[in-house]
Amino acid sequence: MKSNIIPAIKLTVATIVLFCGIYPAIIWALAQFTPSGGKGESLTVENKRYYANVGQNFTQDKYFNGRPSAVEYNSASSAGSNNAMSNGEYLTTVQARIDTFLIHNPAVKKSEIPVELVTASGSGLDPDLSPKAALVQVKRIAAARRIPEQQLRQLVSGHIQKPFLGLFGPENVNVLRLNVALEKL
Amino acid sequence: MAETDADPSAALRLKYIFKMNTEIFGVTATYVVTILLAIPLGKYIARVYGGEKTLLDPVINPLENVIFRFSGIDRKSQMNWQQHLISMLTINFVWFLLCMFMLMNQGWLPLNPDGNPGQSADLAFNTSISFMVNCNLQHYSGETGVSYLSQLFLMFLQFVSAGTGMAAAVVLFKALKEKTSGQLGNFYNLLLVSCTRILLPACIVVATLLAFNGTPMTFEGKDHIVTMQGDTVGVSTGPVAAFVAIKHLGTNGGGYYGTNSAHPLENPNYLTNMIEMSAQMIIPFAMIFALGFFLKRKKMARMIFGVMTAGFLILCVPTIIWESQGNPAIAKLGIDMSSGAMEGKEIRFGSVASGFWSIATTVISTGSVNSMHDSGMPLSGMTQLLAMMTNAFYGGCGVGILNFFIYIILAVFISGLMVGRTPEFLGKKIEAREMKIAMIVALLHPFLILAGTALTASFPAITSATTSNPGFHGFSQILYEFTSSAANNGSGFEGLGDNTPWWNITTGIVLLLSRFLPIIGPVAIAGLLANKRSVPQSAGTLPTDSATFGMMIFAVIVIITALSFFPALTLGPIAEYFSL
Repeated sequence: MKSNIIPAIKLTVATIVLFCGIYPAIIWALAQFTPSGGKGESLTVENKRYYANVGQNFTQDKYFNGRPSAVEYNSASSAGSNNAMSNGEYLTTVQARIDTFLIHNPAVKKSEIPVELVTASGSGLDPDLSPKAALVQVKRIAAARRIPEQQLRQLVSGHIQKPFLGLFGPENVNVLRLNVALEKL
Repeated sequence: MAETDADPSAALRLKYIFKMNTEIFGVTATYVVTILLAIPLGKYIARVYGGEKTLLDPVINPLENVIFRFSGIDRKSQMNWQQHLISMLTINFVWFLLCMFMLMNQGWLPLNPDGNPGQSADLAFNTSISFMVNCNLQHYSGETGVSYLSQLFLMFLQFVSAGTGMAAAVVLFKALKEKTSGQLGNFYNLLLVSCTRILLPACIVVATLLAFNGTPMTFEGKDHIVTMQGDTVGVSTGPVAAFVAIKHLGTNGGGYYGTNSAHPLENPNYLTNMIEMSAQMIIPFAMIFALGFFLKRKKMARMIFGVMTAGFLILCVPTIIWESQGNPAIAKLGIDMSSGAMEGKEIRFGSVASGFWSIATTVISTGSVNSMHDSGMPLSGMTQLLAMMTNAFYGGCGVGILNFFIYIILAVFISGLMVGRTPEFLGKKIEAREMKIAMIVALLHPFLILAGTALTASFPAITSATTSNPGFHGFSQILYEFTSSAANNGSGFEGLGDNTPWWNITTGIVLLLSRFLPIIGPVAIAGLLANKRSVPQSAGTLPTDSATFGMMIFAVIVIITALSFFPALTLGPIAEYFSL
């Protein structure tokens, strides 16, 4: 043990320099060549800067609303609800979300509400909706903004991100980009 | 009229099937591409440990030489298996002390732009152990619980803990090589080359890919923005890309953010999700192929890979199906369930990739998550638990093979008894001493999990308030936490309020025992075998690389797991399933 301790300490120091110093420095330097300069993809609209990948809290009827969040989209402290499927209180919450949605969207039938609109995301910061979950809100937004439904449907279709290479993964719609475009209509 | 009615619905159904299929294509492609990449990587790894020339020599040789000269280590001096273990334990102890100091004092140490406070002693104890043992059970949240300096130091442990596991596996490789004596290489050398020649180059590639897909890599503190609706919110950033690369390649799994790879900055899109899934599987896969190349026993490597793959698929396929079906209790509320079980899941990954990841991360000891396991289907919880309970289907960096080796020894012994011959493995006799060690290691895992769970359940005054869900699922939360600790996995049913002295200390102890005994045991067996005289193969020798023997190993794994854990699983996930 004794003959090992000094080499062990010295090797630790040397490898700390390598893995805590040199390695992150290399990645940091490479990240400067990314479009965002390593600060995370952002989106600037009318001098306001947003993080394109971080979901925001949209609750007003005139916007496409994102998914429920266990942390109200607090991007300084992410979390999921961690509710179990069998948790009775949780099922009451889901029922309440369904009822609220139906009040705000009276033209929508219950069977048309996609499950992702009444369940909280894993991160609490989900930036996306499925195309279906965006389209189901069109009637409400059309009424709130007095815009023809057809125009909103086109807006949503234009914002659908296809699966990677057209083959891998689900389709999704970035809620922030969609709402930015909505404001410009 | 009837036809026009049928047509749109048929078209819709086709479209729906294709949509679901893009999710299935995604995971299938990731899995297949990873295996294809792991074969050449395995060849490369075998060359690295064999001391042969490789492409990166001109860059890395001088770097390693500087490090060894500074440390006063002669990389060529050979160690026997006991010396290996002593070196390993010594350097791990140094890391532990340093990490304790760092975490408790991070409040005043530099690189703390968000002003996060130092950790309490019990939390620092748990965090230090869990990163040292390659588990990364995080009882804190990355945004508020650690400074940037601590994140960087934890990243250091993610490198060297993975390197430790790989070095230990190579001691086994060397001991199994024919005509070897007690000279099994130098531990410090194996540790360093694992980090510099395998993990580091791969991390640079993965981290760069992540950074170019929007994962932050900055040293600026928390950002503040005003949202479109006018709320002011903070956005945590930091050196995320570098951290996420090693967290996966080293099968560590500790997230930069509280929600790990479900966080949109840690895992921004489906491509990064594929990269991260692949990164966590590739080295465990490649280590098995490396074993085959190193020992020149490719058939045996194929047999091991086959058994592990069978186990993985048996757990993975049903999980994907259950997750894409969704929660029956929500289905009763009458809404559209076609997206599956979406509580705790992200839209950009979908239920299929989330289900796949949940099994990949638990069979391998990564423990990173891209969905919240706590909110998954009850039986998916069971398959995740089973993946960690067997702990040998692929397994973590290096340690996966060590765990599997124990099952091989048990299978050799049992089948030896069945055909009435002295059990042999690669020409070496397996005798009472080796069997005792193998049994202790095999029984330790269920013992730690079940004793920890039972103990916790018997002190409801301290522990019942920490479970966030009622009933059977609350029990599953306790069982999961100990299973994850004993498998050195690090994922959790995260609703558990685990930052209490009880959880920090009990799981800390479980982590220590379940890391080092399952390394010491197999290395000791290998060392003992290496010293034995080789018995020439005869017609009566039981072939240990055949499909039949593979099935034997599989049966041993199933019997040990089923007998040990079935009662506990009945009280948790199975009971929850029937209550839905």
